[in-house]
Amino acid sequence: MSTSSPVLSISAWRYRFSSETLLKLLFLLAALGLMLIGLVFPLYTMLLKSLQNSAGDFIGLANYRHYFSTPALANSIVNSFFIAILTMVLVVGLAFMCAYGMTRTCMPGKRIFRMLTLLPILAPSLLPAISLVYIFGNQGYLKALLGGASIYGPIGIVIGMCFWIFPHALMILVTALSNSDARLYEAARAMKTSAFRTFMTVTLPGVRYGLISCAFVVFTLAITDFGVPKVIGGQYNLLATDIYKQVVGQQNFQMGAVVSVILLLPAVFTFIADRWVQRRQTAQLSARAVPYQPEPSAVRDWTFALLCYAVAGIILLVIGTAVYASLIQFWPYNLSFTLQHYRFDGLGGSGWQSWFNSLKMAGSVALIGTLVIFTNAWLVEKGQAFAPLRQAVHLFSILPMAVPGMVLGLAYIFYFNHPGNPLNLMYGTLAILVLNTLIHFYTVCHLTSMTALKQLDPEFESVGASMKVPFWRTYTRVTLPVSLPAVLDISVYLFVNAMTTVSAVVFLYGPDTRLASVSVLHLDEAGYFASAAAMAVLILLTSMVVKLLHAALTYLLLRKAQVWRHR
Amino acid sequence: MKNALLHTLKKTTLALALGAAVAAQAASATELTVYTAVESDDLQKYAQRFNQAHPEITIRWVRDSTGVMTARLLAEKDNPRADVIWGLAATSLLLLDDEGLLEPYAPAGVEKLDPKFVDQNTPPAWVGMDAWVAAICYNTIEGEKLGVPMPTSWEDLTRPEYKGHVVMPNPSSSGTGYLDVASWIQLWGEEQAWTFMDGLHDNISRYTHSGSAPCNLAASGEAVVGVSFAFRAARLKSQGAPVEVVFPSEGLGWDMEAAAIVKGTQNLEAAQTLMDWAVSREANELYNEGYAVVAMPGVAKPIENYPADIVERMIDNDFSFAAVNRDRILQEWQRRYDGKTEAR
Repeated sequence: MSTSSPVLSISAWRYRFSSETLLKLLFLLAALGLMLIGLVFPLYTMLLKSLQNSAGDFIGLANYRHYFSTPALANSIVNSFFIAILTMVLVVGLAFMCAYGMTRTCMPGKRIFRMLTLLPILAPSLLPAISLVYIFGNQGYLKALLGGASIYGPIGIVIGMCFWIFPHALMILVTALSNSDARLYEAARAMKTSAFRTFMTVTLPGVRYGLISCAFVVFTLAITDFGVPKVIGGQYNLLATDIYKQVVGQQNFQMGAVVSVILLLPAVFTFIADRWVQRRQTAQLSARAVPYQPEPSAVRDWTFALLCYAVAGIILLVIGTAVYASLIQFWPYNLSFTLQHYRFDGLGGSGWQSWFNSLKMAGSVALIGTLVIFTNAWLVEKGQAFAPLRQAVHLFSILPMAVPGMVLGLAYIFYFNHPGNPLNLMYGTLAILVLNTLIHFYTVCHLTSMTALKQLDPEFESVGASMKVPFWRTYTRVTLPVSLPAVLDISVYLFVNAMTTVSAVVFLYGPDTRLASVSVLHLDEAGYFASAAAMAVLILLTSMVVKLLHAALTYLLLRKAQVWRHR
Repeated sequence: MKNALLHTLKKTTLALALGAAVAAQAASATELTVYTAVESDDLQKYAQRFNQAHPEITIRWVRDSTGVMTARLLAEKDNPRADVIWGLAATSLLLLDDEGLLEPYAPAGVEKLDPKFVDQNTPPAWVGMDAWVAAICYNTIEGEKLGVPMPTSWEDLTRPEYKGHVVMPNPSSSGTGYLDVASWIQLWGEEQAWTFMDGLHDNISRYTHSGSAPCNLAASGEAVVGVSFAFRAARLKSQGAPVEVVFPSEGLGWDMEAAAIVKGTQNLEAAQTLMDWAVSREANELYNEGYAVVAMPGVAKPIENYPADIVERMIDNDFSFAAVNRDRILQEWQRRYDGKTEAR
């Protein structure tokens, strides 16, 4: 088709306007529309709101001036940065040592350690905070360890955040440390370089991009998290909790929008910096690299093993405490066991109903989200026509990662509750929760899909086209089944996150669509601590069951659908 | 055999008829969105009692603390989403009425209520249900362990031995928190009340979102003293928590829980049915299960853990003062205390 003979250009013209390409165009436009409605328009509306007064008149930067001249509000910026940086240093340091133990030593029990470290991701971030009250609160069983300091405040916030952010950091660093070239270490040994020097000149430079990326991720998660400071923050104000206080506590939407814009800035900045770093990382490992195989060394192996076991022990302690708290009659005065907190008696919408809502929501997000995100990624990667449009969809697909949940949730109120917006029918329904959650967690799924699709030979599409098979058949018969592992990963990622997220949806639930994670928050707020713990544990168990089902399903489907790999 | 067949047929017909009846009822059932700040452990009970009399109306509760519900109703002014308000502070309803958000309606039988519990306008914009009263929860076990004595007055709470042991609701989100602040101002006048709150603030370990949380925190020993309200304190004590309910000697702040129809509701008829029931004798008996003072005279029976003379101890509350000055008082409160950045 590259020649310019008249016949071919006619066929090219025909190709361009055949029903298939038209359909692709429609799909791409739909993908673009989803991103505009689900992300761009809401954020734009929020930005406008931050420049208006409560009557809706444009007042320029007056709200921002008010914000910065009110110490009670502006102090939160310093607090948020302090917490995020401290958490970053602690988590990256600890995760690096554990990742080192898992990749560069022969420590025993690597697999079980890896499984245990996944647990915190499966629970809402409210869970560690609730546990910490039972461990270090005024009646906590390890209160003495704090030496008189209060857990309500920065100490509790940092510990709680470390707990649930640690797994994210560990995964990134394990990946980074796995990519190493054994030849460099051989060379170092041949030159009798000291272990310390080898570490400084070979190991660290090899993972520097992974480390930087990890630091960015931890920082962003910490500065945007809402669950931990909400429960255990006491009177210590952070940006994320300020948004909630302004919007839910005082219904001061304009000030909520201002704080949101301020919280959006560091998140966007770290996002851009991270993209920039990742671009430089490519092709660091040459094709000739030999994977590093650690050799046993009793002292080193056991040192790291003990460190990792200690970390795993703390994870189990925190989760075990939440389970225990949910089973105790009345902490700390009546320690007999009971299941009554799981009945959520008389707690109306905060009980089992909210759990069912969460199941419905998470199931819908997993099903719809996987299909939509993977198909969109496929259009971007294999779509052939309409390059600029595909580029635009790709760009918009990466953006959601930079938007904190609280900000996205508030932006949805502004956009979807506007009386003039025909979409305001969605307000307060399950649909808006599904859309919001889908967009909130879009990026990781999109990138996973792209990676999986890039591994597929473009010949599939060419062969399909030359055999006059419509593209959707190639897609459903070849691309989807072959990418099944990635597709399943995406769906379980979406499910678990939809189950545990609280930040965005806390603004968006309606009377009939309260979610389990929001219930945890409300139960804790009203002082039903045992019921809050019970609901958090329920979410954890649900995610665990789904994760196990996913593992089993992946195993079975891989055997069945991927038989071709073994031929 | 024939008999058996006939029997089955009868049964089927009956089942069909019943099914049709249920279906017809389901089709005609009206859903009312009801905004409330009633304690969440009582909501199911409220809906059930109402449905015993009116099964054709389904209640969809939206519940949060008083301040949040008030702010939400104000925020939804142009696009109201509630049909009825059942169980929100009278100070808030006065405010909402000023904004023109309420649909005046005289429920059938409203004349049987104590006139103090009914809005002065005719027809009234809102009707009262019961009074909820400030109280302090004191944890006896922790108090003894930490050497913190049981307070008897509000003034006691500013003494140095209470430092870091007192928890109180944030008045901007909690109706209980606001009635405390409003009652101190009415008891002592602005200047002295703020001086008192400055002293109290030094002893506060944290301000909570809801009004029942301080009592829950005291009950579980996370705090020694929780400034809360009598309903929650009495209930926790009945449930066996080691708390003593303290009614401070200077007098008890209180507010009225009240009901009203939201202007612009699409279900006016059902809303009026709910209002009619909300002033009925059964409803007042229901309120009396948690609250010692209710709108219909002669209904109230004494409640466990409440003092018999609770009515005499309640201050002479000026609702319109509390409503008109709500915004100003809360602004001042936030300016003084909300920026507490240091954790204690």
